[in-house]
Amino acid sequence: MANNPEHYYVPEKSRMPVLMALAMATTGAGAALYLNTLGSEDPSAWLLILGVLGIIFVMVSWFNVVIQENHAELANAQVKQSFVMGMAWFIFSEVMFFFAFFFALFYIRLFSVDWLGNEGSKPGHDLLWPGFVSEWPLMQNPDPEAFPGPAETIPWYGIPTVNTLLLLSSSWTIHVAHQKLMEDKRKDFQNWMALTLGLGVIFLILQGYEYVHAYTDLGLTLKSGIYGTTFFLLTGFHGLHVTIGAIMLTIVLLRGYAGHFTPTDHFGLQAASWYWHFVDVVWLFLYLVVYIL
Amino acid sequence: MTQQTAAASTATAGAPAQGGAAAHHDDHHDHGPAKGLTRWLYTTNHKDIGTLYLLLTLVLFFIGGLFAMVIRAELFTPGLQFVEPNFFNQMTTLHGLVMVFGVAMPGFVGMANWQIPMMIGAPDMALPRLNNLSFWILPFAFLLLLSTTFMEGGGVNFGWTFYAPLSTTYAPDSVTFFIFAIHIMGASSIMGSINIIVTILNMRAPGMTLMKMPLFVWSWLITAYLLLLAMPVLAAVVTMMLMDIHFGTSFFNAAGGGDPVLFQHVFWFFGHPEVYILILPAFGIISEVLPTFSRKPLFGYASMVYAMASIAILSVLVWAHHMFTVGMPLAGELFFMLATMVIAVPTGVKIFNWVATMFKGSLTFETPMLFSIAFVVLFTCGGLSGLMLAIAPADFQYHDTYFVVAHFHYVLVPGVIFGMYAGAYYWLPKWFGFMYDETLGKLHFWLSFVSVNVLFFPQHFVGLAGMPRRIPDYALQFADYNMISSLGAFAFGLSQVIFLVVLMKLKSGAKATDKVWDEPQGLEWTLPSPPPYHSFTTPPKVEQ
Repeated sequence: MANNPEHYYVPEKSRMPVLMALAMATTGAGAALYLNTLGSEDPSAWLLILGVLGIIFVMVSWFNVVIQENHAELANAQVKQSFVMGMAWFIFSEVMFFFAFFFALFYIRLFSVDWLGNEGSKPGHDLLWPGFVSEWPLMQNPDPEAFPGPAETIPWYGIPTVNTLLLLSSSWTIHVAHQKLMEDKRKDFQNWMALTLGLGVIFLILQGYEYVHAYTDLGLTLKSGIYGTTFFLLTGFHGLHVTIGAIMLTIVLLRGYAGHFTPTDHFGLQAASWYWHFVDVVWLFLYLVVYIL
Repeated sequence: MTQQTAAASTATAGAPAQGGAAAHHDDHHDHGPAKGLTRWLYTTNHKDIGTLYLLLTLVLFFIGGLFAMVIRAELFTPGLQFVEPNFFNQMTTLHGLVMVFGVAMPGFVGMANWQIPMMIGAPDMALPRLNNLSFWILPFAFLLLLSTTFMEGGGVNFGWTFYAPLSTTYAPDSVTFFIFAIHIMGASSIMGSINIIVTILNMRAPGMTLMKMPLFVWSWLITAYLLLLAMPVLAAVVTMMLMDIHFGTSFFNAAGGGDPVLFQHVFWFFGHPEVYILILPAFGIISEVLPTFSRKPLFGYASMVYAMASIAILSVLVWAHHMFTVGMPLAGELFFMLATMVIAVPTGVKIFNWVATMFKGSLTFETPMLFSIAFVVLFTCGGLSGLMLAIAPADFQYHDTYFVVAHFHYVLVPGVIFGMYAGAYYWLPKWFGFMYDETLGKLHFWLSFVSVNVLFFPQHFVGLAGMPRRIPDYALQFADYNMISSLGAFAFGLSQVIFLVVLMKLKSGAKATDKVWDEPQGLEWTLPSPPPYHSFTTPPKVEQ
């Protein structure tokens, strides 16, 4: 029987994965083509756009099929367990992705900037960059002509602290939403989910405002040496993940309105919730090592 | 272990056509493979996907091998012979990238796909559609990578380790395509390893506890964790390159306060676990093959598991032994030197156990066994030269010489590749139901075994005498050994064609029995040869 709970559901052949592979390859080639022609007269973005549209299209239909299969009760408890474990280990791989960027920040702050300023056991840099003084935040780069340093940096108080409170409370609200669903209070579940999404969106708006402020008023850009580099890459990469998380929350919210999820069966919500907690924890580390320390 | 019941293969978990989930709710046809090209494009079957992985591996093995032949032809005599230095650099780069990412990694993933569900009594991989995606993005990624050769400004020419600033400030424009190709390969590996972890942890037959799993499964569980740990870091390092090249950041540029050595740290934080990602599945295969042909159970099963786990943990703590000469503080040199040497302990445990498995066994020397014994001996050689390189003060002399090339080719060719051949000859009859030609197999082994030593052993000597790697020309005193090495290379390359003949003649071989060998252990041998399209629809019971 198709929905025999004794049997692990192995889906029939599917055209989605190979289409996804094609879309991902198109996106990769398209992004490279776009970046390589960016400085020229006519940058060529069509391949990139095509690829991204392809990815979105395949993702929507793929998730649609999985949701339908779940509603048809094809997925038994063991299959659902596979999804849960898959999501957990995917988040672990994301942790390692962030780990590499934090590693870069620590290496630069603890070792290499000091070495450039001739501290420690590595003399000789004064021949290359005479007069360079190591400090953090690094306001004056070794070669100020090629990399003019920032005029100011963003202090920890103000927007970063507000953002910390926003994300922390959104982690709490999604937890409440989850509990409301388990108590089968659908209306409450939807409201708490909407609140979570709202907090996430406000976070992104504030972060965007902060970036504009940094670029226009503070002279803090990607090009302003290693401080701007690490600042924007760590916060920007985190912001990208918040965006992905917010998309997940939106889908969960819409599915909630459509009557999906039951008190015992809500993998989509659980996955989005885990992901949201994960970006929250990453932010706490960012707040500490990028803004405060 | 019980036989897989006949009922299992008929009462399949018949699944509805995708998309119309509820429509065909109760049809339970015994679906075999679909016909034609779509079988391979759309498949969700672990055996089909395993075959696809292995085919891609085979194609890329010969492409990467061709690059190696160009390198050895150029180095046949001193002076510039056939190719421009820049093209020579592209050859060394692509040879390394193709062999590491296109042969060693997907080859073992293909074997994992075939074997893991059968070995743990599962119907398939846990996430079958994801499995298909993990494979099919690989051919695209390699097309992207190899196409850089034909691009304006030339292909990637900065070595497979793509050190900054060679790969950033001084790179050809095609580096952007290379970056995205690496991203795609990384995504493939991450999805593949998530699938393998979930399959092993969630899909084992009742009664198969972790410490009853075949060692090949254990080796892959540990490898998959290492992949999850290392591949995101590789993605991060190429992302930093992309930012430096196109967005004006200064990660690897000291003028902006960055440090090119940072590249090496992040790269090798990926790169060192990577070499264990390559070798651990080979360890698993050898641990399956040696007991079968020694007609003895594996010596020290538990210690093998712990040794592999220790190797994996240590492998993330030793990355900077690749960079002893960049000018690390003394404490760093000492830590990375000592931590590296500690790896010799669990590796020694494994070599001891393999030898002890063979000790007083009734050995026979079929092709998989020959490759396995050669693996044990020659991998030990490679391991010992690795110990020499681990000694930081000595490494100042060996660094970037042909000695390093000889070292890692001894662990990669008679290590990884021989391990892969051992697995292929061991399981081919099970997978496809026909015995391979034993004479041809032995010929393949002996020619490979002799030529691989002719090829790589002289490189130790020229390396110790100071011949640098990755240079198309060399000083006259290295001429004789290089000629010997090149002759060995051509012989080794030609010997691999024998494997193609073995594969092409496979269908005319004798029918394989279910057990294939004398008394092999494991669930896969309880299935017919070839196994049914869906192996264990109902999980077998594993005896306590």
